[in-house]
Amino acid sequence: MPRDHYLNATYGIRSWLLTTDHKRIALLYLASVTFFFFIGGTFASLIRIHLLTPNGFLVTPEMYNRLFTMHGVAMVFFFLIPSIPAVLGNFLIPIMIGAKDLAFPKINLLSWYIYLIGGSFVLYSFMTGGLDTGWTFYTPLSSVYSNSAVTPAVIGIFINGFSSILTGLNFIVTVHTMRAPGMTWFRLPLFVWAHYATSLVMILGTPVIAITLLLAGLERMFHLGFFNPALGGDPILFQHLFWFYSHPAVYIMILPAMGVISEIIPTFARKPIFGYSFIAGSSIAIAVIGFVVWAHHMFLTGEATYAAIAFSFLSYVVAIPSAIKVFNWTSTLYKGSISYDTPMLYALGFIGLFLVGGLTGLFLACLGLDIHIHDTYFVIAHFHYIMVGGAVMGYVGGLHFWWPKITGKLYPEFLARVAAVTLFIGFNLTFFPQFILGYLGMPRRYHTYPPEFQVLNVMSTAGSSILALGYFLPMCYLVWSMRYGKIAGPNPWPATGLEWKTDSPPLTENFHVTPQVDWEPYDFKNRKDLGLEAGAPLAPAHGDD
Amino acid sequence: MQSQLPLYPEQASNFAPHIDALMLFISAICLFFAVAITATVIFFFFKYRRKTPGEIGVPIHGNAILETAWIVVPLFLAMGMFAWGAVVYVDFRNSPKDTLDIYVIGKQWMWKVQQPNGLREINELHVPIGRNVRLVMASEDVIHDFFVPAFRVKMDVVPGHYNTMWFRPTVAGRYHFFCAQYCGTNHSVMGGWVTVMEPSDYAAWLSGSSGSGENPVVAGEKLFVEKACSTCHMPDGKGRAPSMNGVYNNKVLLADGSTVVADDAYIRESILQPNAKIVAGFQPVMPTFQGQLTEEQILALTAYIKSLQAQPVPATGAGIAPASGKK
Amino acid sequence: MHRTGELYGQFQTLEQQKETAALGMWIFLVTEVLFFGGMFLTYTINRHAYPAAFGMGSNTLDIYLGGFNTVVLILSSLTMAMGVWSAQVGKKSLVTIFLILTLILGGTFLGVKVVEYKQKFDHHLIPGYHFDISYCAKSPTNCADLSPAARETEDKQLEEAERLDPDLNNHAQLYFSLYFGMTGLHALHMIVGAGLLLWLLKESVGGRFGPAYNTPVEIVGLYWHFVDIVWIYLFPLLYLIDRKAGR
Repeated sequence: MPRDHYLNATYGIRSWLLTTDHKRIALLYLASVTFFFFIGGTFASLIRIHLLTPNGFLVTPEMYNRLFTMHGVAMVFFFLIPSIPAVLGNFLIPIMIGAKDLAFPKINLLSWYIYLIGGSFVLYSFMTGGLDTGWTFYTPLSSVYSNSAVTPAVIGIFINGFSSILTGLNFIVTVHTMRAPGMTWFRLPLFVWAHYATSLVMILGTPVIAITLLLAGLERMFHLGFFNPALGGDPILFQHLFWFYSHPAVYIMILPAMGVISEIIPTFARKPIFGYSFIAGSSIAIAVIGFVVWAHHMFLTGEATYAAIAFSFLSYVVAIPSAIKVFNWTSTLYKGSISYDTPMLYALGFIGLFLVGGLTGLFLACLGLDIHIHDTYFVIAHFHYIMVGGAVMGYVGGLHFWWPKITGKLYPEFLARVAAVTLFIGFNLTFFPQFILGYLGMPRRYHTYPPEFQVLNVMSTAGSSILALGYFLPMCYLVWSMRYGKIAGPNPWPATGLEWKTDSPPLTENFHVTPQVDWEPYDFKNRKDLGLEAGAPLAPAHGDD
Repeated sequence: MQSQLPLYPEQASNFAPHIDALMLFISAICLFFAVAITATVIFFFFKYRRKTPGEIGVPIHGNAILETAWIVVPLFLAMGMFAWGAVVYVDFRNSPKDTLDIYVIGKQWMWKVQQPNGLREINELHVPIGRNVRLVMASEDVIHDFFVPAFRVKMDVVPGHYNTMWFRPTVAGRYHFFCAQYCGTNHSVMGGWVTVMEPSDYAAWLSGSSGSGENPVVAGEKLFVEKACSTCHMPDGKGRAPSMNGVYNNKVLLADGSTVVADDAYIRESILQPNAKIVAGFQPVMPTFQGQLTEEQILALTAYIKSLQAQPVPATGAGIAPASGKK
Repeated sequence: MHRTGELYGQFQTLEQQKETAALGMWIFLVTEVLFFGGMFLTYTINRHAYPAAFGMGSNTLDIYLGGFNTVVLILSSLTMAMGVWSAQVGKKSLVTIFLILTLILGGTFLGVKVVEYKQKFDHHLIPGYHFDISYCAKSPTNCADLSPAARETEDKQLEEAERLDPDLNNHAQLYFSLYFGMTGLHALHMIVGAGLLLWLLKESVGGRFGPAYNTPVEIVGLYWHFVDIVWIYLFPLLYLIDRKAGR
C-alpha cells in the first residue's frame, strides 16, 4: 500500500462530510446509493413473496400498491440513475483523463447533499402514508385521486433532479477542459465517452421531469387544472412531458454500464476494443435518438396513428447502436487472451442479459405486438433484464474491476466468481418466466391474479431468492476485503487506462506529476510498462488462488 | 380457459392469429441472434482462453465491412418488424364501418357496459361471433384500460376523451378481461368476463333479459324532450337549430365554410361546448349542458340521434353539407 | 474563496480555469432552457385548446406595465454588459456603478411585478378557491383601479368569452396558473440574480475585478442575460398575442 493516499490524507468526520475530493465524494455516494438499493430491494422481496399466491396473503391491496411504487421510485431515481456515474464516474473520470479533480469539486459535493435532501423528502413520504401512484405518477390519479403522500415524494424527486443535472454538467465541462496534454478525444477511454453521452441526457432531460413534477405537485396542492380533465386539463399532456425525460432516463441508466463493459472486455482479453470509434459514436447516437422515442410508452392512449408509426420507427432505429456495441464487444473476444476473472464474468453476463433485454425491446417497439403486451409482465421482464441484468451487473462488475484501485485491496476471487454465477442464474430464474406471464395476459401492478398464473409466479419468486443471495455475497466479501484483503498494487490485472498508472489507492491529487499522454487506448502490444512480454511470468493477480 | 401449451392465451378474435404470427416472426429473428451471439461468445471464451500468464491478444482494431454489415442487416430486419407491426396496428386503429357499437364506462373500480338495445352489464361483456364489435369507452375518473388477452386487444380509457377499439370475436367461450392501466387500490380486481356467443344466442340473450335496462334510444328520446332539445331542434329544420334527422355520420357545413363529419365525438362536443362549431345558417344560441348530463345520458342522446338517420331529411337539408362536398 | 488571479487546485492554467467557468455557466443555462421549456410547451398547447379563455386572460394583463418592464430589463442587460466591459478594460470604479444600476433596474422590474400581482390578487385572479374571472364584471367597485375604458374592454371580452366557452372559469384559471407559474419562476430567477449581483457588488467595491480577473462578472452577466431573454419570450406570449376572446 502506498504511504499517502486519499483515504488517510485527512481524518475525522468533517474531512469526509466537507471533502471536495472526487474520490471521497464517490464513496459518500457509494454508501447512499447502497442504502437506497437496500430499501428498493426490500420492497421487491416483499412483492415477490406476496405474489406467491393468487390472492396475495402478505399485505393489503393498499400496501401492495405502495410497495411497487416505492420500489420503483427508490430504484430508478435514487439507485440506478446515480449509481455508476456518481460512484464510478466521479471516482474515475478525472484520473482517466489525467486531471487532479473534476472541473467543479464543490459543486460535486453539493450534488451529493442535494441527493440526500431529495432522498429525505422521499423517505419522509414513504414513512408518512407511503406512495401508491406508480413511479410514473400518471394523472389524474396522482394529482387528484390518490390518498398517499404524493407531495413530499414529488418534491424529493424534483430536488434530486438537480443532483443529476449538476453531475452531468460537471462531467461535460471536465471532459472538455480538463484533459491532460496529449489526451485527445479519440484517446479517451470508452468509459469517459459513455459518461459524456450520459451527461448530455442528464442535462437536457432532467429539467423537463423537474418542471413536470412541479406542475403535478402544484396541481395537487392548489387544485389547479394542468392535467385534470375536470378542470380543462389533459392527462395525456402529463404523459408526454413525463416520458420525454423518463425514456432518455433509461439511457442514463444503461450507457454508463456499457462504458464499464467497454473497459473490462479489452482488459481481460488483453487486446484493443474492436471498433473503438463505432462504440464511442454509438453512445452519442443512443443519447440523441433516445430523445425522440418517448411516445412508444403511449401507443395505446389514443394518440394519433401517424405519431405512433413515427415513434415505432424511431424506436427500432435506436436499437441499432446498441446492437453495434454488442457485436463489437463479441468481436473483441476473437483472438484475445481471455482470463476468467470476476469482472470478465460480469461483463459476459451483461452481454447475455442485455441481449435478451434489448431484443425483447424489439417486441415492444412493434406496434401490432404492443397492443397485446403493453402494461403486462412482458414489459416488466424487458426492463428488468436491461436495468438489473444490464445496469446492475455493469455496476457490480465495475465495482469489482476498480475495487483494487479504490481500496488498494483485492477481494477473494473464488467467492466472487461464485457470486457472479449465482447472480446470473438467479436473475434468469426470476425474470424469464415473466415474459411468458406477460404474453399470457397478466397485467402489471396486480396484487391478485387468476389462479392459472400461479406456477410462473412461484418460479419467479423462487428465482428471486437466488438473486438476493447473488447480491448479498459481494456485500459481505467486499466489506471483508477492505480490512483483510490482499494488497493489490497499482495494476493487478493489468489494464491500460491512466488510472492504473497511479497508486492503489491514489493520492488525493491523483498524480505526482501531470501525465503527458502519447499512447493509444487499450494498446497492450506497445505498452511495455505493463510487463506483458509474451511468455514473461507475472505475479498472480488474484486474492486467494 | 388455457390453451394446451401454456405459452399463449386462446385465440378468440380476428387479431389474435396476426399478433401471434407477428410474435413468432420476431421471436424467430431474436432467437437466431440471441443463440448466434451467445454461442459465439461462449465459443470464443473457451477457444481463446489465456494459456500463459504474460500472453496478450492479437490487436485487431476494427473492420469497416463488418461494421457496415451489422448495421445494415439488423436495420433491414428491424424495418420488417416495424412494417408488419404497423400494418396490424393501423388496422386495429381504424374500425370498419359496420360495427356493433357497445358503450363501456370505466370507473374506480368497476366496468359498466351498455349494449345497443340498452341492456346493461357490470363487469361482463356479451358479444356475438363474427360481428365487428366496436367498444366506445369513457372514464369517469382516472385512466383505466380495457384488455382482453384472448382477443389480443387493449385500449386505454382516458377521462375527458373517448377512445374506441374494435375486434371480431371468432371462437365462442368465456374469456378474462382486465383493467390494464394502474388506477388505484382495486386495480387488480377491476376485471370480468367477456362471453362470446353464437349470433342467435346473442340475439336471444339480448331480448330475453331486456327488462333490466332501458333501450338507450328510448331513453335518449325522453331526454331530448325533457331537456328541451326538441324546442329548437325541430325535425323539419325550421326551428332555431338544425334538424337531427339524417345528421349522424354525415357531413355538416359550418358557419366558417368548413365541413365536419357528425360522429359521436361531434355530437358530444355540440352538447357540451355548443359554440365550438356553429352550423351554417344558424345563430350561436345553444346553451351548454356541461355538468347537467351524465356520460350515460350523453350516450343515450347520441344513440337517439343516431336512430334519426332513418328519418326523412328536411327539404332544406339544414346544416347538412351538400352532396357535392363544396367547401 | 481564492484571492484574485489565484489558481484553484484542480486546474493547470488560469486560461483553463476561466474557460471552465464560462462553459459551466453556458451548460447550466441550457438546462434552464429545458426547464422553462416544459411550461412554455404546456402554455402553447393550452392556448391552442382554449383560445377564448386565454385571450380573456391576456386581456386582463396591463401591456403598459409589461412593456415598461421589458424596457427596464433590456436596459439592465445593457448596464450588466457595460459592467463586464468596464472590468475587462480596467475601469474598476465603473464596474461598481454599473452593477448598482443593474440592481436598481432589476429591483424596479420586481417592484412592478409586485404591483401586477397585487392587482391580480385584488381582482380574484389568483388560482384557487376564490378564483373568479368574472369578479370585476360582477362588482366593478372592487376593481376601481382599472380605468373605465379598461373595465369596459374587459367586460366586453368577458361576455364574448363566456359565450364561446361554457367552462370559462376553469380554463381561465388554467391560464392564470401558467401565468403565475411562468412569471413566478422567472421572478425567482431574478431574485437569485439580484443576490448574485449583491455579492458581485461587495467584491467589486474592493476593486477586485479587472482585466486580469473578471470571470465572476462575466458569468453572472451570462446568467442575467439569460433571465432577460426568458422575459423577452414571456412578454409577447402572455401579454401581446391575441388579447381578444373572440376570433
